[in-house]
Amino acid sequence: MKNDFPILSNGKIAYLDNSATTQKPRAVIDAVQKYYETQNANPLRGAYRWSVEATQKIEDARKKIAKFINAKSASEIIFTKNATESLNLVAYSFGRENLNLGDEILISIAEHHSNLVPWQILAKSTGAILKYIRLDSHGNFLEPDINSKTKIVAVTQISNVLGIKNDLSKIIERAHEFGAVVVVDGAQSVPHLKTDVQKLDCDFLAFSGHKMLAPMGIGVLYGRKKFLESMPPFLAGGEMIEYVEEQSTTFADLPHKFEAGTQNVGGAIGISTAIDYLETIGFEKIESIEQDLLDYAIPKLRDLKFIDLYGCDVENKIGIIAFNVKDVHPHDVATILDKNGVAIRAGDHCAQPLHRFLNLNSSCRASFYFYNTREDIDRLIDALKNVRKVMRLE
Amino acid sequence: MSDLDDLYTELITEHSRSTEHRKHLENPTSIEHGHNPSCGDDITLEVKIENGIIAEASFNGVGCAISQASTDMMIDLMEGKSVEEARRLIDLFIRMIKSELNDDDDIEELDEAATLENISNLPARVKCAVLAWRTLDRAIIGSAANDENRSPTMGQASRL
Repeated sequence: MKNDFPILSNGKIAYLDNSATTQKPRAVIDAVQKYYETQNANPLRGAYRWSVEATQKIEDARKKIAKFINAKSASEIIFTKNATESLNLVAYSFGRENLNLGDEILISIAEHHSNLVPWQILAKSTGAILKYIRLDSHGNFLEPDINSKTKIVAVTQISNVLGIKNDLSKIIERAHEFGAVVVVDGAQSVPHLKTDVQKLDCDFLAFSGHKMLAPMGIGVLYGRKKFLESMPPFLAGGEMIEYVEEQSTTFADLPHKFEAGTQNVGGAIGISTAIDYLETIGFEKIESIEQDLLDYAIPKLRDLKFIDLYGCDVENKIGIIAFNVKDVHPHDVATILDKNGVAIRAGDHCAQPLHRFLNLNSSCRASFYFYNTREDIDRLIDALKNVRKVMRLE
Repeated sequence: MSDLDDLYTELITEHSRSTEHRKHLENPTSIEHGHNPSCGDDITLEVKIENGIIAEASFNGVGCAISQASTDMMIDLMEGKSVEEARRLIDLFIRMIKSELNDDDDIEELDEAATLENISNLPARVKCAVLAWRTLDRAIIGSAANDENRSPTMGQASRL
């Protein structure tokens, strides 16, 4: 499968930073290149063929994404630049309109900063209270405090550090009982699991293209139609309008109300082609490959007595492994691994509150995708065996 | 492997684990916090400046070997130096790490900290090496601001 990915095909680098971004298959690169070589024009604006084709491409991509996550309608799919922008859109547009002094926003302590800081800012500006779901000793969500004051529940389906699949069904059911809306951060889940927004019953879902084989700069916000329709625009400008007068404007219908300015057609083609690629492989196979890599990696890591693992004693997990090498800072580990051709992430992974909650300053993270192999894991393990020696600890 | 050995030399790994300067000072004239948010290097530097001389310095915190060794070696170098001399050395160190040295610079003046020169080949680690030095520059400014008889001036290093 690595042969489909030009950057991986020479086998020099064991790329294990897929939670940060994934590599791109030839099919995606070619589709984007073909667009710029043969069809590029500003969508929704021109009457000539290229513009019509660009418009067609972006609307086809929207339909494909709607089907991919089983949204009821393509108008519930808003293009953004990434999951971060999608989450900010909900916080600013829905949040500022609907939150009042004393209302509660509930998030988890395992959130990426992109599903944390926007809510913090929203709470400060509205007088709402930001509350947290804490974790048990394994890393699973504890019972959430959802009550009549709860207006927004914003939670990740999979933590980008612990990789644990959170069962959101009960949280969503309870939030809806109290009339709260549920925002799901799907940045780590949508690339790895079959997603069905109707079955999940979330009100909003945010994800990024670049973590699922598409180029950087294209992201998605799914929103339930009744909410999107009632929300004011987030960004204003071209093509999100109906009539513009000197002092007032009426806005376009969904989804274009939320898509101000020239849209990223190349990115939309990229994510559309990425979905084709993922569906050809199938999520059943993707999940089984990642499970195999996890089952292979975790015992090998446990055998290394100088490794501390986090969130690894659970079954419900995708291919994300957070760890530390005893007495060595993650940044030094990452530098040493890099010199051995192994790419991992080191630091707080944009999750400082989670690290503080876990009593950690920072951690290393190896994250897999379906194109990784057992050989990549072997290279990780071999390189790790070297770390303490390089640091002159043994 | 040889370039890793050039990076994590015996001197650097030893300094990264040294406890000599890991303590609190009595009556420091300035306490300054330095943080690299992306990687988690986090130090608090304490300095005691008397009559324009860095009489004593210490630090506490966590971080990678580069940041910790750099802090420890910097304190070794700076104790007993005048504030003016310290700021000149901070500037020299930062220019060394950023590969911006002039012909007449002599990095031997940095004593053991000169061994961090190889960091200039590792762009991802530059901020680890310079953290303590930037923090000291701010601490000197802070100490001067605490002293009514002196007017604080912005240092070269604060450009970073």
